[in-house]
Amino acid sequence: MSTVRRGVEVSIAMADAVAQADVDVIAAYPITPQTHIVEHLADIVAEGELDAEFVPVESEHSAMSVCCGSSAVGARTFTSTSSQGLALMSEIFFIAAAMRFPIVMALANRSLSSPLSIWNDHTDVMMVRDAGWIHIFVENGQEAYDSIFYAFRIAEDPQVMLPVAINLDGFILTHMVEPVVYEDNDLIKKYIPEFKMKNTLHPDHPVSMGCFAMPEIYTETQMSREAGVVNSYPVILKAWEEWGGLTGRHYKPVETHRVEDAEYCIVTMGSFGETAMEVADQLREEGEKIGVVKIRLWRPFPFEELRKAVLGKKYLIVIDRAISFGGPGGPLALEIRSALYNKKGAPSIVNYVAGLAGRDVSRKDFRDIILEGKKKAASDDTDGFILYGLRG
Amino acid sequence: MDKYSVFSARLIEQTEYLTSGHRACQGCAEVLAVRLVLKALGRDTIVAMSTGCMEIISSPLPLTSWKLPWIHNAFENSAAVISGCESGMKAMMRKGKLPAKKINFTAMGGDGATADIGMGALSGALERGHDMVYVCYDNEAYMNTGIQRSSSTPYGASTTTSPAGKASMGQHTQKKNMTQVAVAHNIPYVATACPSFPFDLIDKVKRAAEMPGPAYVHIMSVCPTGWRIPPEDAIRYGRLAVDSCMFPLYEVVNGKYRLTYRPNPIIPIRDYLSGQGRYRHLTEPDIEKINDMVGREYQRIVKMSDEV
Repeated sequence: MSTVRRGVEVSIAMADAVAQADVDVIAAYPITPQTHIVEHLADIVAEGELDAEFVPVESEHSAMSVCCGSSAVGARTFTSTSSQGLALMSEIFFIAAAMRFPIVMALANRSLSSPLSIWNDHTDVMMVRDAGWIHIFVENGQEAYDSIFYAFRIAEDPQVMLPVAINLDGFILTHMVEPVVYEDNDLIKKYIPEFKMKNTLHPDHPVSMGCFAMPEIYTETQMSREAGVVNSYPVILKAWEEWGGLTGRHYKPVETHRVEDAEYCIVTMGSFGETAMEVADQLREEGEKIGVVKIRLWRPFPFEELRKAVLGKKYLIVIDRAISFGGPGGPLALEIRSALYNKKGAPSIVNYVAGLAGRDVSRKDFRDIILEGKKKAASDDTDGFILYGLRG
Repeated sequence: MDKYSVFSARLIEQTEYLTSGHRACQGCAEVLAVRLVLKALGRDTIVAMSTGCMEIISSPLPLTSWKLPWIHNAFENSAAVISGCESGMKAMMRKGKLPAKKINFTAMGGDGATADIGMGALSGALERGHDMVYVCYDNEAYMNTGIQRSSSTPYGASTTTSPAGKASMGQHTQKKNMTQVAVAHNIPYVATACPSFPFDLIDKVKRAAEMPGPAYVHIMSVCPTGWRIPPEDAIRYGRLAVDSCMFPLYEVVNGKYRLTYRPNPIIPIRDYLSGQGRYRHLTEPDIEKINDMVGREYQRIVKMSDEV
């Protein structure tokens, strides 16, 4: 367990973590704001500090395809993308999960075109919500660094064998210099030992991977995927518990801040959480009984933890960073509404969509959302969502 | 091929890596090509295959015809997938995580997967220089989905999406020359082959696998279903394609062309076209035009070959 904090750009810290994880293959295509992660990895490989194949593919579609190939032969595999890149690779993104390849991806969340924008929101990840990957959101540099290790640990667990996406807000996190504690390689080796996959492509033990299925068996394959994602839950908890024991940094599927005695809560995902906590602390001093609930684990969704945290509260103000056009609200609010539907003590829920394509959501904005949202939640007008800060 | 004076099936490798019982159509020359390619590659091979006829007929879950390690991932990405397999094994062997071994990393796809939807992935893999063999089984249309035209469908052929009609003579564009696209990547080895000439095919696939770096083999694979010919004529039409110069057999080794078979005599293009349902609507001028196109391309290759 280390205690030395160093100032480092979050992308660099993540790339350093990937090198410490001793990956065998990195396949990536450049896209803003993911670039610093893969550029730094290319550097590390070029300097001989990491013995790995860096495959500079011609598209994101091929990036994920290469990852599937390298994972199929049992190589520890990492990739990173954003936005349009994720959209282009989405076909293979689904297949990677279905074929149970334990790939780890840093997904630098960014808006989708059109209009073209390189800035942060969650519309890219929501597009692949149902792909069967494990999705985790981090909210600061330390969490981003740590996430690489537990992501491999979870992905490669024989009970799981699923790809893991670490979601981090583009620019807001990727390009920030933050204090990060690096752990030493011995600890990492102990936490994620050399990966030995059970079924690999090798001439000594031929297997067929990716067969097609007739209707008689397709349903069963999908049940197996569902079970895989659901059963990853205890493994994730155990991976975090062990990481906490080794480093003193503990993670939970649903993180809470001053929730126990709160009358109402704000719910966030990703880097919003940091600002929300600051504003909540201020409002507490002014007498508002507010708490903050942060969803870290997006898939598998932590139903029980969420319910434990918020049932009995009066109001929930859920902030989304994506829209489900024509739908009943942002994807996060949708999930929370359905998780609490028909449950005793379910709070009244209002949904805000804010910070689209990197539009700044300041402390003042959070304050406005919280105070306005509380009033709205007390009214009977809680349907749909409010697009916060809409001009005109 | 000249080195084989005797043509005997017994000279072909006996081991089968693609088992019988698969669901290919009667007379499918493509599955014959796959079988021969695998015999040429041998045991220490990993195959990544694109979605298509060969994938569908050989892998209905939970069955498989493959006695070699085999992966199907998607339609357009077998070249990328195999480059991932190659990279992964290369890294693991270097790091001592796997015992070192020469493995023939092989990607396979049909003409649609190669010349259309997967060309970007193929070009990328060839350019990056992975030690791999890419085999294109060209049956000149999307046969798996029901004979739709691809960019590899030849001029004049009628398909379900380039049908001949009162106002159309069928496919009105020229066949994309994928072999030349591969040559343009300056890779060590490019060849054409046809299962109607099995020794030539085996020879070329072996050379493709032995050469370090990327290799591309384009195999004319007669499809009785899509070409609308009797199944028992598949091998004969493969020979006609080659003997009419419609499909010249050649290889390009480090940029040097070599015709591996010179038809003598060259049979009239009409003998190849007639009898195929997909060409039955062609008029005399159409056939003349095809004859000219075929002749020009053959002469170009002859010239390149003779320069050596």
